[in-house]
This record gives sequence, structure tokens and C-alpha cells, in this order.
Amino acid sequence: MKKYVCNICGYVYDPEVGDPANGIAAGTPFEELPDDWCCPDCGVGKDDFAPEE
Amino acid sequence: MKETVFGAVRISEHVWWVGAADWNVRNFHGYLTDRGSSYNAFLIVDEKVTLIDAVKAPFTKEMLDRVASVIDPEKIDYIVSNHSEPDHSGGLPEVIAAVKPEKVFASVIGAKTLAAYYGELNVTPVKTGDTISIGSGNLAFVDTKMLHWPDSMVTYYDADKLLFSQDAFGMHLAGSMMWADEYDKSLLEYEARKYFANIINLQAPKVLALLDSLPGLGLDIQMVLPDHGPMWRTQEDIAWILSLYRDFAEQKPRPRALVAYATMWHSTGILATAFAEGVRSAGVEVHLADLAENDRSSIMTHVAYSGLIAFGAPTMNNQMFPAMADTLCYVKGLKPQNKLGFAFGSCGWSGEGAKQISAELEAMGVEQPEKFIQVKYMPTADELTAIRDCGKRLAEQLLEKCK
Ligand SMILES: [Fe+2]
Ligand SMILES: [Fe+2]
Ligand SMILES: [Zn+2]
Repeated sequence: MKKYVCNICGYVYDPEVGDPANGIAAGTPFEELPDDWCCPDCGVGKDDFAPEE
Repeated sequence: MKETVFGAVRISEHVWWVGAADWNVRNFHGYLTDRGSSYNAFLIVDEKVTLIDAVKAPFTKEMLDRVASVIDPEKIDYIVSNHSEPDHSGGLPEVIAAVKPEKVFASVIGAKTLAAYYGELNVTPVKTGDTISIGSGNLAFVDTKMLHWPDSMVTYYDADKLLFSQDAFGMHLAGSMMWADEYDKSLLEYEARKYFANIINLQAPKVLALLDSLPGLGLDIQMVLPDHGPMWRTQEDIAWILSLYRDFAEQKPRPRALVAYATMWHSTGILATAFAEGVRSAGVEVHLADLAENDRSSIMTHVAYSGLIAFGAPTMNNQMFPAMADTLCYVKGLKPQNKLGFAFGSCGWSGEGAKQISAELEAMGVEQPEKFIQVKYMPTADELTAIRDCGKRLAEQLLEKCK
């Protein structure tokens, strides 16, 4: 599963960890995050994320 | 050296303050700055002459004049931009054009943000752990992402043991005295609290993490130099402001209540007063604020300082009164924690006001042990008694919670 990086603040979404504080279970791939999920650090939406190189 | 009226203030062996006081600013992006503000910038005269941060654009010439009172500004080799917000970077393009520095440093995100604001400035990105030698000392950078912008960082200068902390530990307070120990502590506490509540509160968990990690960085910090307001030069004052920040960030409930309201024909105003009387009767300090007379940043300062927050508004055109929507939108974004809340209002017929406030409080995670109270046209004596009693019960619960 691919990690995704926030273009704005650099937060890395790691699917292995998920985002438990915001109800996203470990093991959730980036593609399966709900549409309204946003960067837990700076608040931008999924569109502002890019796959980690 | 060029003679102008603007001098620099020496703050340590190698460092001068070259910033500006903005005495008359009263509206800082909607934050009521009733004591003005200042933009602190710093000149390090080491082998590499370094400017730390700049000022809001209209003060650029003043800053350069202060630099010129120490050294020819063209001798500036390096510029460090700790924070890209225009109150500190607005003067950068002009300074860069005037002094043609060898290098400009900012965080990785800061480099992008500065380019987005001003076009390409050839910024060298730096991150936590990077250090650059400027002669007798080194500059070390620490990323403080989201404190309070994605680009934020702080810079430590080991020769003089100074931490340039950008917006952190600052406040909007214009003054001719430079040091915190030259001001009354209660004034500093109020302005620091207001600054934290309105600028940093939403990032409170990150503040706690940073405070926890600070000792591990092993920095010997003799002075903390923020970008706004007085600077901290004694160990006692540094410990004091750090402990205040911990206190602000922890947001433990306080036995204090805010009743903020909007009113059209004074019915909601009467409800607010009755609620406040109930709170007071339980021995809890209460502050009453009509939104027509109090700006949102002052309201937020009270929200941060109060364990119980009650909001009341009439219904207008089937909506909560607009001033309340403004205030709640602002307060919600700043994410206050550990609050008891209450919603109330008067209406003519449909009565969305109190209901919408209650829903907003719910969305903020504010605990509402009592259902909202909505009255029609003018509260009756029974309704006033009911809301007063409700204020008393909530105040008593708050006292329990604060134990
Ligand atoms: Fe800022
Ligand atoms: Fe600032
Ligand atoms: Zn982000």
C-alpha cells in the first residue's frame, strides 16, 4: 500500500497506521479514505495529496 | 553609517533588534489589537551578517534604517525567514532586492510559501537538524509545522544562546520597552492568553508535544525572542511563559463562565442576564458580552478562559442572528476543549436560533448537559426563572468538573 504526502504541510498518510484519531482504521488504503477526509495537520482535502516518491 | 531617526537596540553580544512597533494597528486580520503590535526582526553581526525575519511591508524602510544604524545593509549575507505570513515576510522582497544577500533560508514549506506570495526568491530550504555556521556561532533550525502555519520554524543561535521563536511566545503589544521584565505581568499574561486563544489554540496538542520535546533538544536558551511584543531575557520569565503556554494548551476547565449573546429587541439580552445571574448565584465568576459591542477575538479570549460557555441569539429570517454565526464559526475553528456549553434565544415564530447554536456547540464537542432554551417574543417571568436556574445548575456542574 502506497503512502501519500500532503502537498501543503508534508504530513504523510501511512495506510499501515491509518488515522485512528479521525476514525480511520489501520490498513485503510489512501484510495479508500472517505471523500471528506482531510489532512489531520493542516486540514486540506485528499486532492492536495500525492503518492510518496 | 547612515544617520536616520531609527536606531537599533542591542540585545546580546552579536545581536540587535531592528524591528518596528505598529502603534496604531487595531485590526490585525480581524483580531482586535487594542494595544497595537510590533514586528520584531533581528540583525546578527557575525562573520556572516544575518537578518532574522523581516517586518510588515509598510515598515521595511524603518527596519533597513535600523540595520543601517549598525552596519551597511548591503553587508547582510544571510536572511532567515522563520515564518512566511506577511506580517514578517511582507518586507522580504524589498530587502532582498536592496541587499542582495548570498542566501535566504526558510523551511521546506516556507520556501514554497514565499514563492507563492512573492515569486521566486531563491530560498534555500532547511529542516530540523540542519545547522549553518555564521562565524563565531551556528544557526540551528527546528521545524514547528502548524505552529501556527505549515511553514513555521524557529532558529537557535548558539553563540549568544538565543531562540528566535517567530510567533510563538509573542503577543500583540506595541511598546518602547523591549523586555518582558519591563512590563506588568498581568498585562503580559492577558495579551499572551489572547494571542494564544486567537492564533494558536487549534494547535494546542502540537504545542504540548513541542513543550515536551524542548528539553530533549538540549538547547541552552538564555533569551527567547518572539516576532511580536516584548522579549524574554531572564530564566524566570522564560520559565513563566513556557508554563503559561502549557496551561493555555492544556485547556483545563476553569470556574468561570462566558455568556455571549446577540439581541434584536432585547429579549435574548434579558435571557442572557437571567442566565448570568444564575451562574453568579452559584459563586462562579461570569462575564456577559453583547456581540454588537464585543469583537470576536475578545469573545474567543473569554471562551479560552472559561469552563462554561453560553451562547444566545434571536432567530432572524429562519436563521440564528448573523453576528452569532460569525462568532461561532470563528470559535469553532479555534477548537476549544473541555467546555460545558449552553444555547438559548428568543424568536418570533420559527425558532431556529437556539437550535442552530446548540448544533454548532455539538459539532465543536462542547458538552451540553441542559437542553437549549427557546422563548417566543418576550420571556415570561417563569421562563426567566427557568433560565436562571439552568445557569445555576450548570455553574454547579462546572464547579464539580473543576475539582
Ligand atoms: Fe503568523
Ligand atoms: Fe505574526
Ligand atoms: Zn497537510
